[in-house]
Amino acid sequence: MKNISVLKEREKHIFQKGKDNFDISCEKKSLAGAVSQRACVFCGSRVVLYPIADALHIIHGPIGCASYTWDIRGALSSGPELHRMSFSTDLSETDVIFGGEMKLEKALLELIDKYSPKAAFVYGTCIVGLIGDDVESVCRKVEKITKIPVLPVHSEGFKGTKKDGYKAACDVLFNLINRNGIQKKVPQSINILGEFNIGGETWMIKEYYKKMGINVVSVMSGDGRVKDVTMASSACLNVVQCSGSVTHLAKKMEEEYGIPFIRVSYFGIEDTSDALYRVASFFKENSEILKRTEELVRKEVKAIVPGLSQIKKDLTGKKAAIYVGGAFKAFSLIKALKHLGMEVILAGSQTGTTEDYKILRGMCSKGTIILDDANPLELAKYIMEKDADLFIGGVKERPIAYKLGIGFCDHNHERKIPLAGFVGMQNFAIEVHQTVTSPIWDLVPRRLKKAKQ
Amino acid sequence: MIQKHNYTATQNACKTCTPLGAALAFNGIEKTVPLLHGSQGCSTYMRRYLISHFKEPIDIASSNFSEETAVFGGAANLKLAIENISKQYKPSMIGIASTCLSETIGDDVPMILNEMGSYAGSTALVYVSTPSYTGTHIDGFHHAVRAIVDRFNPVSKKAGYRPKHKQIINLFPGMLSNEDIRHLKEIFNDIKIEAIILPDYSERLEGPSWLEYQAIQEGGTPLRKIKKMRLSTKSLEFGSILGLSVKKGTESAGSLLEKRFGIRCVRMGIPIGVKATDLFFKQIEKITGKPTPEKYQKQKGRLIDSYVDGNKYISQRKAVIYGEEDFVTSLAGFLGEIGIIPVLCASGGKSGFFKQSLKDILSKNIYKQINVREDMDFTQMEEHAKFLKPDFIIGNSKGYKMARSLKVPLVRVGFPIHDRVGGTRILHIGYQGTQRLFDTIINALLHSRQESSKVGYSYM
Ligand code: SF4
Ligand code: SF4
Repeated sequence: MKNISVLKEREKHIFQKGKDNFDISCEKKSLAGAVSQRACVFCGSRVVLYPIADALHIIHGPIGCASYTWDIRGALSSGPELHRMSFSTDLSETDVIFGGEMKLEKALLELIDKYSPKAAFVYGTCIVGLIGDDVESVCRKVEKITKIPVLPVHSEGFKGTKKDGYKAACDVLFNLINRNGIQKKVPQSINILGEFNIGGETWMIKEYYKKMGINVVSVMSGDGRVKDVTMASSACLNVVQCSGSVTHLAKKMEEEYGIPFIRVSYFGIEDTSDALYRVASFFKENSEILKRTEELVRKEVKAIVPGLSQIKKDLTGKKAAIYVGGAFKAFSLIKALKHLGMEVILAGSQTGTTEDYKILRGMCSKGTIILDDANPLELAKYIMEKDADLFIGGVKERPIAYKLGIGFCDHNHERKIPLAGFVGMQNFAIEVHQTVTSPIWDLVPRRLKKAKQ
Repeated sequence: MIQKHNYTATQNACKTCTPLGAALAFNGIEKTVPLLHGSQGCSTYMRRYLISHFKEPIDIASSNFSEETAVFGGAANLKLAIENISKQYKPSMIGIASTCLSETIGDDVPMILNEMGSYAGSTALVYVSTPSYTGTHIDGFHHAVRAIVDRFNPVSKKAGYRPKHKQIINLFPGMLSNEDIRHLKEIFNDIKIEAIILPDYSERLEGPSWLEYQAIQEGGTPLRKIKKMRLSTKSLEFGSILGLSVKKGTESAGSLLEKRFGIRCVRMGIPIGVKATDLFFKQIEKITGKPTPEKYQKQKGRLIDSYVDGNKYISQRKAVIYGEEDFVTSLAGFLGEIGIIPVLCASGGKSGFFKQSLKDILSKNIYKQINVREDMDFTQMEEHAKFLKPDFIIGNSKGYKMARSLKVPLVRVGFPIHDRVGGTRILHIGYQGTQRLFDTIINALLHSRQESSKVGYSYM
């Protein structure tokens, strides 16, 4: 095999359990020329706010940033679909020279008039950060005229990483909530944070809570509405998923409104049950809730277990690689894959923290490669070395897996099928099963060679 | 006449940004890695966009600006990026394109590269300036092609020896599909004339499944051939808009070689449709002295015969076409030739030559029935199209939303095809490509008629 070398500066971002003994290097700017799989600050903000369907999302900058993020996510809405539009100030050379404030103001006024959104989010991109537009004051002015919240999102691409974008988006959400101040509590109520309704996941989860007797005040931001967000301070508990992206908001809400939060995940049977139980036990003075939860979990699990065991027979011993945005998702996936009898040979994330990687180390078995902010060459190197049968990642990882004759499951925001909750686990298992057991691998050169060996 | 709304904002753009075109062109050069001088996000988004069309690994490096870079300039980052790419990929060339960011802070990339001797070890460093706020992806594409030709065919090579006996054609096809490029290769193979096609991503961005990981996929125009372009007999450059803008003084790859080395450049629209393909083969005959092989005569024969068989399903139907101006012009020419009225020809580009090029290609009768709009986005297009009541729309995947709301079929052509497989295998050009487009269009119309019919006839 031709050797793929790893850049020196990258060595500390790659860790092999049982072999290496150092704290994995992370939370750094990506290395120039290394072809990171990461996007930018703007991308982080866009992920979090994207599903708010009755808001106007306008991207202030040259056309690319807007063009590449047009309708790219599978976040569904039960009503308006303004979030699926791509609005851009499409700055031209003269705007870059003379400033884009006027253009932004005009664009905002026209679009708000045309689409009557409930709020407007103005995403700043790199150029805006450079030319120094006073986006803040344009927003204030437009807000005065239109009487809807018009909020700048400080998402200039180069000012940090995707994580800073999450934070900027959290600040926007918090601003919306804060406009209403402290409100009367809704009994037995929660906000669902960090759930984006990919393929309708929010709806499934809300249904669980409904059956448990829990009131969901708002979801940030799956199938989101501005009005719901502004009501968020009336919830008793914040249930935070995908903690990397929205913990900042949960913390702020705890400080300001005394709303405690718990971190959960809805991927896999274990984590979903755990999430629901923890919410139930938070409201333990109402013993009915716990009873209903037990019943719900029992029923849901019973419904999918036979199918899963069937699938497990084919998947046992197969090897999986995981490369996702946030490390938290990797935790759940490792558990879910174990459930299917699969072994994880590579686990990595774009934005994991030292803490995350410690947990990851604890969860993985000996020999597993742990990667921070990897690039295509590194991913390829290790999936070949470890001989993966399955790769779980996003659009940019897919061709790497496919070219090497490895099955693939899309677990990014761009996918169209729900993978959360119990039904989601079933969908996940089916998808993994379909790709791993496809007969086409028998025709692929790399597999052929292996078979001959 | 349809009314015209003017919005300040662009709503669902019918274009992408300039460096994307450059990155694609660089992907058509052997052992080349594209590098964008700017922030990480731009590279990653473009990769994602291209991967969704080509369904192949596409690595585009970034010099990865940080806040300090934005203040102090990007030279150090650029050098580091070049170094790291050289180490990891061992390329023959790094194609560097600027972004809005590096342009705005005023990084002098040519100077930085000059300091490095324009090479990193044995890796050639080629630079193209592509600020996105001055054009669209198609401009980035053409600029990159010109920059490559410029770099490897410098003025200083003027006195070089030129062999007289062997005919070699430089072919600049513009932004065509992989299948189109393969078709061009086939044609030149059949007439036994060597063509240097620049760029050629048909192998690199659609190769076989791998045995070993390929840091850079095989394929692409070899540098050694590009270096010989100055010795070719003639150049052929597709694109009527490009042609018009060259007349107005823009420099293209073809005109550069013409000016520097006296290689005559024949310019023509993209050969879609019988008339345009006739012209293409006629030009080839003229340039090479070789007759059009019988195979293509036969393709033409079948194509015209099928035009006849299908005439009544298409005559006087109305279509909306959108995409890059050059591509739209050639498609309009084809539709006009079979009696379809391209009631709206739209593009996100704004070369200023769109009207002229459509006027040149369409008959007077058809031209007066069409609307031409440059600098247009999909939202405006949809608003216009509502009044025009097209029978179908034709263009890339991005028009799907419009097709859906107008409840008319979308015939997918061009770039990008994000919601179907096989976008890279769509053949648009030549008699054969025209044949496929023709069949696809008629079948789309028949399909929608059949679907919406109460009866559901099983014969045409
Ligand atoms: S900053 Fe410019 S180059 Fe980068 S994505 Fe936006 S438009 Fe394209
Ligand atoms: S210009 Fe900046 S904000 Fe836009 S995509 Fe590029 S890195 Fe992200």
